[in-house]
Amino acid sequence: MPAFLEVQNLVKSFGSNTVVKGVNFAFDKGEFISLLGPSGCGKTTILRMIAGFERPTSGAIRVDGDDITHLKPNQRKLGMVFQAYALFPNMTVGENIAFGLKIAGMPADQRRARVDEMLKLIGLPGFEKRYPYEMSGGQQQRVALARAIAPKPRLLLLDEPLSALDAKIRVSLREEIRAIQRDLGITTVFVTHDQEEAMSISDRIVVMNAGNIEQLGAAHDIYNRPATRFVATFVGQLNTLPAGLLPGATGERAIRPELISLAPRPETDLTLTGTIADLHFLGSVQRLRVDVGGTLLNIDTFNNQTKPLQRGDTVTLHLAQKDLLTLGA
Amino acid sequence: MKSQKFWAWLVFALGAAYFIIPLAATFEFSLRMRRGEYSFDAYASVFSDPQFAASFTYSVIVGLFTIVVGILVVVPAVYFVRLRMPWLRPFMEFVTLLPLVIPALVLVYGYIRLYGSSSLIPFTGSVFGTNILLTCAYVTLAMPYMYRAVDNGMRTIDIGTLTEAAQIMGANQLQIIGKIILPNILVAILSGAFLTFAIVIGEFTIASLLNRPAFGPYLVGIGTNRAYEPAALAIISFIITWGAMGMINVLGRFAPRTSARTD
Ligand SMILES: Nc1ncnc2c1ncn2[C@@H]1O[C@H](COP(=O)(O)OP(=O)(O)O)[C@@H](O)[C@H]1O
Ligand SMILES: [Mg+2]
Repeated sequence: MPAFLEVQNLVKSFGSNTVVKGVNFAFDKGEFISLLGPSGCGKTTILRMIAGFERPTSGAIRVDGDDITHLKPNQRKLGMVFQAYALFPNMTVGENIAFGLKIAGMPADQRRARVDEMLKLIGLPGFEKRYPYEMSGGQQQRVALARAIAPKPRLLLLDEPLSALDAKIRVSLREEIRAIQRDLGITTVFVTHDQEEAMSISDRIVVMNAGNIEQLGAAHDIYNRPATRFVATFVGQLNTLPAGLLPGATGERAIRPELISLAPRPETDLTLTGTIADLHFLGSVQRLRVDVGGTLLNIDTFNNQTKPLQRGDTVTLHLAQKDLLTLGA
Repeated sequence: MKSQKFWAWLVFALGAAYFIIPLAATFEFSLRMRRGEYSFDAYASVFSDPQFAASFTYSVIVGLFTIVVGILVVVPAVYFVRLRMPWLRPFMEFVTLLPLVIPALVLVYGYIRLYGSSSLIPFTGSVFGTNILLTCAYVTLAMPYMYRAVDNGMRTIDIGTLTEAAQIMGANQLQIIGKIILPNILVAILSGAFLTFAIVIGEFTIASLLNRPAFGPYLVGIGTNRAYEPAALAIISFIITWGAMGMINVLGRFAPRTSARTD
């Protein structure tokens, strides 16, 4: 099956500053893709090139076999959701959602039916007469989503759509976006700098740094088999074990906090001894900071301890050789 | 605290008196046409003068054209400069201030030289051409106000993102300006329009030098020939001007409301 969204050798320079340095990826129809990376790494620039708001310096973008690289944004049949909602303040919710349908020349009765359908989909039935300023940020962003998908675009593009929202709504809305996306089977590109957000909703993640792709894969692969030092440290928490800390290890190794335990497990074959320097009780998880010969290691353990741990306690850490990561460049 | 308030009120009262006393005196004088008692005779005399209606209508029509041309010039200019050429903004600010710095007299003499009946484009050769020239001159005079009103209106909305949101849904440039930008800055445009109107209604120099039968020259003509009518006219034009200003205030309540929320 040919790829549905294909980006080839995409380069973008602003003057002498090259911010996207030859990016390639290909995704299937219906996939939920995240572009993940620190601020300024070029995620938005890539998304804006797909949307047509920036002209690529070189490279090609294809959607469903069509080369759209040089089309104007209004010819591409895409949908986009912006960080700042960008609802039209002079229009009601219903008029906002109907905007793209009206531009496309859909008759009024069909438009009304589609608006109703969209409002049900985003869980805001009966809101069509409201104005944006009468709604909460989360509601506005849901309307922006409905507005983007109402004309049945070929791709849905989202640029940090949750960043302007409070933490609680951020989590519930991202689940809602994912559920709607799955329902409609719409191919989606989601830009975020939040690795937890990317891992929780994506089929595949493009991890970027300084204009390059560092790794492309499912959340599970990226977390457990990071391809580069950057990915290992940017995605999730990581402990670095300097050479010499582990018996027999020649170079530096790294390990995730949840793969170190206080009790032996069937697969563990290494032990370290240290003292608890700090501990945080987070409910279901307890986060310990253990001093092993001057190196501080973060350890996440489930809350199943029979006797409470104390700062200063001496503990034995159990880990498995196979869980150790060797960080490359 | 008390004495501070007292001084504030005193300053306010002095400032208000500066405006109100001459106005009240003018009003009082305008009522004294009939000997021995107050009456609105001066106003009746003004309204019954066919010249009044003719010159006022003329100025209203020129004012409406000035507003339409001003909007057609200023709105797209401000929009594209803000969107595509933001580095041009200081230059725009400067250019749109020029009409406040250059006396209207200089402007109109320049026009007569450039567009006189012996020039290549003899606008002043016909009545219609002169009317066009007058309208253009008024668009220029009103430019500082119209530009600032529209620029302020566009500052309050994120025209860049709104434009992109409309574009990705298939809208073209005309649809974006007509359906998104204009409705969102309508209040700002109207306030610019009322200011323009107030300027056009009272303007004398250009209308008189181009020899057009506008309201400004009519006012001045009456002022030199009659006793009580000028006072009545002053009050009438004051009411018109302040009516226009008042409308701006009323309209401000309908400005688009920000919806930036995080909840
Ligand atoms: N229009 C522009 N002109 C010049 N530089 C830009 C422009 N847009 C983005 N950049 C630069 O490109 C880099 C990448 O930006 P961006 O794609 O917005 O990053 P991200 O979305 O990953 O945070 C940044 O260094 C930014 O300053
Ligand atoms: Mg960005």
